[in-house]
Amino acid sequence: MNIVVCIKQVPDSDKVTIDRETNRLNRAGVPSIINPFDENALEMALQLKDKHGGKVTVISMGPPQAVEALRTALSHGADDAILISDRKFGGADTWATSYTISLAIKKLEVQPDIILFGKQAIDGDTAQVGPGVAHFLDLPMLTYAKAVEPTDAGFKVEKVTEDGYEIWEIDKPAAFTVVKEANQLRMPSLKKKMAAKKAEIPTWGFDDLNPIEENIGLAGSPTKVSKIFAPPVKLNKEILSGEPAEMITELIQKLKERNVL
Amino acid sequence: MSTTKEIWVFAEQRNGRIAGVVNELLSKAQELAEKSGFEVAAVLPASGCADLCQELFNYGAKKVYTLDDPKLADYQNDYYSRAIAALINDKKPEIVLYGATTIGRSLAPTVAVMVDAGLTADCTQLDYDTEGCNLLQTRPAFGGNIMATIICPDHRPQMATVRSNVFKKEKLGDSEAGETIEYPVDLSGVPERMRRIEVVHEDDNTIDLNAAQYIVSGGRGVGKPENFKIIYDLASELGAAVGASRATVDAGWISHHHQVGQTGKTVCPVVYVACGISGAIQHLAGMQSSDVIVAVNKDPDAPIFDVADFGLIGDLHVIVPEFQKQIAAFKA
Repeated sequence: MNIVVCIKQVPDSDKVTIDRETNRLNRAGVPSIINPFDENALEMALQLKDKHGGKVTVISMGPPQAVEALRTALSHGADDAILISDRKFGGADTWATSYTISLAIKKLEVQPDIILFGKQAIDGDTAQVGPGVAHFLDLPMLTYAKAVEPTDAGFKVEKVTEDGYEIWEIDKPAAFTVVKEANQLRMPSLKKKMAAKKAEIPTWGFDDLNPIEENIGLAGSPTKVSKIFAPPVKLNKEILSGEPAEMITELIQKLKERNVL
Repeated sequence: MSTTKEIWVFAEQRNGRIAGVVNELLSKAQELAEKSGFEVAAVLPASGCADLCQELFNYGAKKVYTLDDPKLADYQNDYYSRAIAALINDKKPEIVLYGATTIGRSLAPTVAVMVDAGLTADCTQLDYDTEGCNLLQTRPAFGGNIMATIICPDHRPQMATVRSNVFKKEKLGDSEAGETIEYPVDLSGVPERMRRIEVVHEDDNTIDLNAAQYIVSGGRGVGKPENFKIIYDLASELGAAVGASRATVDAGWISHHHQVGQTGKTVCPVVYVACGISGAIQHLAGMQSSDVIVAVNKDPDAPIFDVADFGLIGDLHVIVPEFQKQIAAFKA
């Protein structure tokens, strides 16, 4: 089974803060990681390969340093990695990103039976690139997959919903976005870590993918960021202090005054 | 670009029931309609849907486009996306809003690439800029550490998803008038590539966070999984649901069903009690529209106090049981 996993390198977002005076992000020294949800997609791919054989190719689109995320994926057990990177791809929103990644997948020598994504990336939290890529490749797609089992014609899939789950049958090739509850990424092996360090990872740029120019980068992105700002602060807050019993008595009094108790 | 001056709301239904978020979006759409001069319409894919239209009129739709086909009885991404894209390409609305449900968050991104539209996920504010004629779509970004306002200047429609409980729904009446437009559906050329074969509803014994009037949430400050007992005890005294921060869910202290925040649930209770939650904006994004927020934290500089109405600085392991005790006495 040929498996493609799309991963994104993201800043460890819990450590990103905003400067309330300049409205700029403080990103200095914030480490980059594989988007945590993509780890679940990767582990699902590795388990499918363990059980049914095949090959796992990881693809990432980003700046040159995103190659480190691909090396990490190789150290966990992926077979191959490809970086999609070009200055011309910069500033892409989810529309342009989906288009660009779909071109890279079309360029693969052997077309995948299954393409996996994390359910969303923790920096943008859009959850839009998986469905977008699937459409550009004209593949059936299910989001929030927790378990995927191959069948004769395709896959049987457990999809998480708001209040339970659904079982779907889907023809192959197909695309899925994978939830955190699916699994936990295995540890990297030392041997694979060593190999990953030396692995040659091709970079595919504008000339390799030959995209329609108005579909990529900033120009291909329908959405524009108009402004960013620090989240609003509540002005009329009350800080209660003193002994716990007194604080609580005062709190209950105040909640009663607000008619919420 | 010639468009129909309409704001559409995707009228998501499951088993013939309109999702609550749809009515919230209709109420918001009305507000945007007043500013923009556009008209509010709903788009209803279903099989046999005539009797659902009245509810949509009652919450502010002036028109309902029904997409009536047996293949659209339940959500299936190929069928839904093609039917809605065909309608959008024909009518060219200005704005299309979707609930950020598991359905909306699969459907909207598919439709967006089909019709070359911009899409902004999980908006927490929507406004209309009458000068630039753009929908102002504001959402938490970067793990919720900043807010970003997104616009879509050169593409129509402008599309956004919004979670439930972000906007308030307002029913206009019980028999509001509106126009039903039965739009023809042709899915004959769409291959059947996926089938839903089973639906399972799991009973979670906890009170539904989405519908809860009161929520008591625990964060890293709770210290260890066993200590969630005091959170549960206070919740049970208040008749509240139990929430949790991402840190505690990631640490395995409590199930992800309880997670409140940008990657968890968005809630809007009457009272939200945050215990030992520092207030990463990822968490705040999921609860800051609560009516009254009470924060208990030993760190006076914790960002949770920025959104709190009432801040209690101190040890939650003392304060929370005391709160429970006094609520019990208050009720007695």
